[in-house]
Amino acid sequence: MLAFLEKIGTETLWYLETAGRMGLFLLRMLRGIFTPPFKLFPVIRQVHFIGARSTFVILFTGAFTGMVLGLQGYYTLRKFGSEGFLGSAVALSLVRELGPVLTALMVIGRAGSAICAEIGIMRNSEQIDALECMAIDPYRYLMAPKLLAGIVALPLLTAIFDVVGIAGGYLVGVGLFGVSPGAYFQGMYSSVVWADVEMGLVKSLVFGLLLVWIAAAKGYYLHLERSGGFGAEGVSRTTTDAVVLSSVAVLVWDYLITSIML
Amino acid sequence: MSDFAATSEPNVPTGQEPAIELRDVCKRFGRQEVLRGVNLTVFEGRTLVIVGASGQGKSVIIKHMLGLVRPDRGTVRVFGQDLNRVGRRGLDDVRRHFGVLFQNAALFDSMNVFDNVALPLRERTRCSEAEIRSNVEEKLALMDLLGSEEKFPAQLSGGMRKRVGLARALVLKPKIVFFDEPTTGLDVSKSNEIYRLFHRTQQQLGYTAVIVSHDVPKIFKLADQVALLADGVIQECLTPEAFQLSDQPVVRAFVEETMGRLYRSDAEEEGLYEKV
Ligand SMILES: Nc1ncnc2c1ncn2[C@@H]1O[C@H](COP(=O)(O)OP(=O)(O)OP(=O)(O)O)[C@@H](O)[C@H]1O
Ligand SMILES: [Mg+2]
Repeated sequence: MLAFLEKIGTETLWYLETAGRMGLFLLRMLRGIFTPPFKLFPVIRQVHFIGARSTFVILFTGAFTGMVLGLQGYYTLRKFGSEGFLGSAVALSLVRELGPVLTALMVIGRAGSAICAEIGIMRNSEQIDALECMAIDPYRYLMAPKLLAGIVALPLLTAIFDVVGIAGGYLVGVGLFGVSPGAYFQGMYSSVVWADVEMGLVKSLVFGLLLVWIAAAKGYYLHLERSGGFGAEGVSRTTTDAVVLSSVAVLVWDYLITSIML
Repeated sequence: MSDFAATSEPNVPTGQEPAIELRDVCKRFGRQEVLRGVNLTVFEGRTLVIVGASGQGKSVIIKHMLGLVRPDRGTVRVFGQDLNRVGRRGLDDVRRHFGVLFQNAALFDSMNVFDNVALPLRERTRCSEAEIRSNVEEKLALMDLLGSEEKFPAQLSGGMRKRVGLARALVLKPKIVFFDEPTTGLDVSKSNEIYRLFHRTQQQLGYTAVIVSHDVPKIFKLADQVALLADGVIQECLTPEAFQLSDQPVVRAFVEETMGRLYRSDAEEEGLYEKV
């Protein structure tokens, strides 16, 4: 019984400690953004890595998501004889939900895992210690460019996803099933309002921050992992954890933001 | 063997101000008690050499001095500042004056040799790219590394990595250098070269040095003080001459073992020598 209580106690303490650490990490990362010297080149490099190099994946997933929405939407709407709403159905689900969420999930798979592994390996081979001993703030030097890049890249990628998705829906709805093009776009114009776009934008900004934060913090605190963050295996396990955790976080925050903004 | 002069002569800038002070530093990792009350003082402009068997905690002492590890008990002072109390910014201010060579060199493995050495200059100074280039090339030339600028750490030999680490540690004209096994993995002539270079740069820059080394007795020629770490405490901290003559049993055993003076006669006595 006592042992059980003790276990609960240590578990709770461990979770609190981890949460506190993650929170502090975010604050320091944000402070890192505002610490001089400011350098543009590292940010551009990260935008290139997180953003530009994800474009192809985003184009691909965006197109297919839009197409499948067109397909599903058409069959559902036809039952009610309202194929004319296809455009607004596709656009609304993309702009408000699927665009930001799927973009974030794809970027987590591509860049989140890479960020976590990179920083984790730097931690493991004392490169982060070396930075600190040179009085170079790792939050400013390593984390800040990644965070900025995440916040810049995600909304842009999401916008691409949305546009390509809408085109994919058009292809299926208009091209395949003969919905009138005018109805497709007219429905979209009349039903998508600024609030919807705003919600998508807020989501993608938050997801950009979330995914860089979690991936970077997991890598940075690799040596404190309870299951042992040692060596190649430690890095791979922690990277997997980071991907799972940030995916879950994206879905949870998606719900929270939706419920707040609706 | 003595191309580099003994430094116990006061040709290095002398100072009786302590640059680093460890008082009663204790550290345990899990159940293992690594340091049990380490006391050490390094004076400004002087060279302290820490010796001791592998796994005794020499690197852990250096990490305490760097502020990378917090002591469980005791204080670490650098330039009079308690590293536990100065906070992040204060720690950075102290670390500005450090030049560090880690035992594993800790090079940035996704940067080439040139960028590794240039990083402190790029991030901490406002030098132009031309100045950086000439400064880095000069340091690489000193370390006999010209021609390897474009290589990545993974493409270097162990000794080359050490030398890149040394170049990086010295590039910003530090006030204190920490070298964790600077010559391990180097051949004799290279390590003599490093010692000569160390002596020369110390005379130029007058830095304080903390060196961990297994290169006994050669490293004694550089030392102003030699400290032996064993069983979690500093057994003795003396000038090299006094150290070699110390009567402290642990020190005697260490000296005999590493310098091989009496080892051979002991072995003969026990009849081991014939068998080998
Ligand atoms: N982060 C750590 N976690 C747990 N134990 C550690 C840690 N760092 C060092 N140790 C332990 O502390 C002891 C001293 O290690 P240290 O690296 O300081 O030895 P050393 O004297 O530098 O040896 P060597 O001459 O081989 O480099 C070792 O037994 C090691 O296992
Ligand atoms: Mg060591």
